[in-house]
Amino acid sequence: MSNPAAAQPIQDTLKSASRIALVRWLPNLLLPIIGVLVFLLFWQIAAGSINTSLGKFPGPTQVATQFVGLVKEHQREQLKAEAFYQRQEQRNADKLAKNPEAEVSIRPYTGKPTFFKQILTSLYTVMTGFVIASLLAIPLGIVCGLSKPIYNAINPLIQIFKPVSPLAWLPLVTMVVSAVYTSTDPLFAKSFVTSAVTVALCCLWPTVINTTVGVANLDKDLQNVSRVLSLSPMRHVRRIVLPAAIPMIFTGLRLSLATGWMVLIAAEMLAQNPGLGKFIWDEFQNGSSNSLGRIMVAVVVIGLIGFVLDRLMLMLQRRVSWDKNADLR
Amino acid sequence: MNHAHLELTGVGISFPTDKGLYCALQNVNLKIDKGEFVSLIGHSGCGKSTVLNIVAGLHQATTGGVILDGREVNEPGPERAVVFQNHSLLPWLTCYQNVELAVRQVFQGKKTRREMREWIEHNLQLVHMMHAKDKRPSEISGGMKQRIGIARALAMQPKVLLMDEPFGALDALTRAHLQDSLMEIHADLGNTVIMITHDVDEAVLLSDRIVMMSNGPAAGVGEILQVTLERPRERIALAHDARYHEYRAAVLEFLYQKQLRPAA
Repeated sequence: MSNPAAAQPIQDTLKSASRIALVRWLPNLLLPIIGVLVFLLFWQIAAGSINTSLGKFPGPTQVATQFVGLVKEHQREQLKAEAFYQRQEQRNADKLAKNPEAEVSIRPYTGKPTFFKQILTSLYTVMTGFVIASLLAIPLGIVCGLSKPIYNAINPLIQIFKPVSPLAWLPLVTMVVSAVYTSTDPLFAKSFVTSAVTVALCCLWPTVINTTVGVANLDKDLQNVSRVLSLSPMRHVRRIVLPAAIPMIFTGLRLSLATGWMVLIAAEMLAQNPGLGKFIWDEFQNGSSNSLGRIMVAVVVIGLIGFVLDRLMLMLQRRVSWDKNADLR
Repeated sequence: MNHAHLELTGVGISFPTDKGLYCALQNVNLKIDKGEFVSLIGHSGCGKSTVLNIVAGLHQATTGGVILDGREVNEPGPERAVVFQNHSLLPWLTCYQNVELAVRQVFQGKKTRREMREWIEHNLQLVHMMHAKDKRPSEISGGMKQRIGIARALAMQPKVLLMDEPFGALDALTRAHLQDSLMEIHADLGNTVIMITHDVDEAVLLSDRIVMMSNGPAAGVGEILQVTLERPRERIALAHDARYHEYRAAVLEFLYQKQLRPAA
């Protein structure tokens, strides 16, 4: 039977425990919020005192205004596109009504790509480059980690090409893509291929190097287990090497994706390929009083996307990793 | 001529070092019969593990060789299963899957899926680990991990079971439990076992023969002690057995008088 007199202290303890939990969590949430607020305050104050030829440097409020403007612009553009498609459909229907044999052409809408279109383009490009690079880098890293001779043969090349800025490759990639990728009905735009290849070139190295280290540092005892079991090379890689190297492979992948994202923006600016980089460059060239604010919106969005991409990789790592207790951050 | 089940002949190993060739092991000769339990005892660094690794095929002998059932051993294989000192279970597999990896490798095409499952469960039962079959190695104690390591080795149905200080990292009580389990299994299955140990009591309790190794460099077999205590052996009964104490004294005498280490 429950005894209210005895239960009371327990209830009190539970209440104070939940209070303690709140007190413990509050600083964890509070401190980042305070940090952001203080930063915004300093930004607003500093921005007001920087004068450029395009007006004052944008503060947080101007950036917010510009963001709203970009959203509206996107909505307007979508309405225009819808109207265009409606007119086209109407026109074609009329044509067919008059003459069922008539040839109708369906053309895509060719308006100016909006900020959000550019974001999607950039995301699509970076993921393509990243996936291509990872599909090459992980097997290469495994081979280098397993075989000392192959590692010794390939390592100098890795060390020389690793520090090269992928932007140095950009002109070469552009020329090679335009020379080699010639098709009357290309599946992908040339600019897209160029950007993706450039991203892939810089995404290779961190993954190759980290995978190699992860594979080469395979525990000696586990290696012996594999030898005693006489596992075939394929099974050895799949059952022993890959799971053991997963943490290092992911370290490499996350580094690769972060640099890939940084490089892509620069490549788009330099090569005038569609994407966020082109958006920034166009705004810079445009030189209206809104430009600096819009560029700042792009800067913040680039940062947020980079952050989200890294979190997504972390989530993927948590899913794939066998060690659920590992402190992943 | 009568051939032994497992025969080591003139086995030696030397490594090139900065100061020239270092001879770690020299002229080890040993004949082991089917079903025999042999333990290797000696001070650390005397090459016990090297002998075991040569039999396992993990190391190559520089001189001499190992013959198992009339065939020379020159690479590792599941018919010479090893129980490693630090269990060496794959941390990303459950206990069941760890044993399964070995069973699939050895019995692929020889057993059906169902027979394999029964065989895996049978081996987990042998080491009394059925209750933890779906746990990961990180979720069970050191003694349990070693039990799974033994189950994995037994599941390969090896001709020789090689154990490299299997209980070295365990506390005394857990070790006693595992020794009892091992005696039970050995009595049931009659495996041929070579076990490395540092523990004199363990050696006397478990072995048919104790191979005492001399110190390196150029370590080798010092003396061999035949233990004729009848099985099944009972540790409490043996504690009062005069022969047990004689065996124990003989090993201790070898280790601490004849082979006193120059610097401990």
